[in-house]
Amino acid sequence: MNRLLIPTLAVLVGLLFLASILIGPAGVPAIDSLSALIRGDGGPMTLVMRELRLPRAVLAAAIGAGLGLSGAVMQGYLRNPLAEPGLLGVSGAAALGAVLALQTGLAGAMALALPLSGLAGAFVAVLVLALLAGPAGGALTLILAGIGVSALSGAGLALVLNLSPDPFAAQEIVFWLMGSLADRSWSHVALALPFIALGCALLLTQARALSVLTLGEDAAASMGVSLGRLRGVVLLGTAAVVGAGTAVAGSIGFIGLMVPHFLRRATRGDPARLLPVSALGGAALLLAADIAVRLILPGRDLKLGVLLAILGAPFFLLLILRARFAQNA
Amino acid sequence: MSVFARASEVLVLSLALTLGGGAGAAQTAPPARVVSMNLCTDQLALMLAAPGQLVSVSYLAHDGAVAPLRAAARALPANRGLAEEIYLLQPDLVLAGRYSTVATVAMLERLGLPVIRFEPENSLDDIEDALTRMGAALGREARARALIADFRADRARLEEHLRQARAEADGPRAVLYSARGWTGGSQTLAGDILRAAGLRNLADELGLAWGGMVALESLLMADPDRLILGQPGRSPEGWSEARALLHHPALRHSRAYRAGVATNDRDWVCGTPFVLDAVARLIDETAP
Repeated sequence: MNRLLIPTLAVLVGLLFLASILIGPAGVPAIDSLSALIRGDGGPMTLVMRELRLPRAVLAAAIGAGLGLSGAVMQGYLRNPLAEPGLLGVSGAAALGAVLALQTGLAGAMALALPLSGLAGAFVAVLVLALLAGPAGGALTLILAGIGVSALSGAGLALVLNLSPDPFAAQEIVFWLMGSLADRSWSHVALALPFIALGCALLLTQARALSVLTLGEDAAASMGVSLGRLRGVVLLGTAAVVGAGTAVAGSIGFIGLMVPHFLRRATRGDPARLLPVSALGGAALLLAADIAVRLILPGRDLKLGVLLAILGAPFFLLLILRARFAQNA
Repeated sequence: MSVFARASEVLVLSLALTLGGGAGAAQTAPPARVVSMNLCTDQLALMLAAPGQLVSVSYLAHDGAVAPLRAAARALPANRGLAEEIYLLQPDLVLAGRYSTVATVAMLERLGLPVIRFEPENSLDDIEDALTRMGAALGREARARALIADFRADRARLEEHLRQARAEADGPRAVLYSARGWTGGSQTLAGDILRAAGLRNLADELGLAWGGMVALESLLMADPDRLILGQPGRSPEGWSEARALLHHPALRHSRAYRAGVATNDRDWVCGTPFVLDAVARLIDETAP
């Protein structure tokens, strides 16, 4: 059963990817869409498939994978089941970094400034969280620190967008807080994908260290895990994944919270096995969410965060409830 | 009524009493101190007012007025359309747009200032009505009649120009695409500019005669012949996803983009005779 988990998830991601590129306001039959994609007759459907739907699906898979993986890593490293980049303000801080790069014209002068500023914002947030409520801090401290980081980055975001000379900027607070993959292009993929891939690779190298860490810091240190190095890699990897993804698609929350929980039992709670399946699960969940927003309100750009919070927030409350019962028992 | 509403009314009343005077008298003579608080009434008033008659225009006019009126607009102090600052200018006539800050206009009327509201113009024909109405409001009927005569003559010349520039009966299928994916249909001023330039408006095919949002994918699938891209951002600085949409690679790779894009700018915004400049430019930009 457990051996089949990775292939099953991979097939699921493949199917959802296919569904994602077949859904859109044009309403063209699947066969015709695929033939337009592959053959490329130069007509409008080819353009839609290649320049709109394909980059959108690629970004959904990549960002979803990054968020699922970083959620699993944060939960493992902080040894806290409530850790998640969106909820703790890491995505919000990344959005603030990205918006600063865009509004100051830095991103216009140098395209790489966009993902790098997102990364810097996310890095600062994760650092603050790790310092305030590191592994020993406990669930409550972590959540409170997350509320602080979220509030500050949200306020900064609103301030920067309201100060923008662009009359449309202030209306886009929702995009940056809720996230959307509408009308993304290959240039967004080119900016975000390398950082997400690099970040994921960094995080996956720490799978064994995170497994050992479940025995406690002292035990981990005695087994040759360098805690300083672990922390450095977790910070940088999470910042790269969340920062670059948020810089092109806004903050997308709750994927990093839900996915590791769904898959924890199947991997017997072992971080080494949880990390890769969380990446696949995250990709599947974001692809599914991005399909759902297009089916619910076609052509109206319902934000991803709306749907994911409707699913994720009750789940979060359930986790808190379970933690309370565990405490009382 | 809440305590706050009552308190604010008392405040307004006392403000009116202290600042008093100026307003209230029935208008028989032409107004001498006119304040405009809407970009479109700004421009109509700038064209029609006697020297010294217009005392303030909206802050938008300093940058957003059409080129021929911009110097005149910048010579006047700008207002941000706040009731307090407009009242302190002691105007004997306030010009407002139909949709400009309803609360402010209601407040000014309660303070006893005469306010005239102008509907947005939805066609080239509406521009004649607007000129007539503005002429009557400012007591400049003769000047309005002269401008209308010029406007008609220019329109006739433009129709002749169009006949020469485009021989075939069916013009290209064109679509206006602005920030956030907004497009204007045939019932809008922008749509009438397209019609006057001999273009068929794709928005009507999409069922958006009054204009609306079009998803980029739907726009590409409709496969227009010509694109008219909106450049509504007055500022080159700043950034928004809304305007970034107009730089999407899919749009740049479309057939219509490769045929050469036209742009819409501040000449398109308000119903003044200057929209004919926009029509003329559009005819040349979309000529075969």
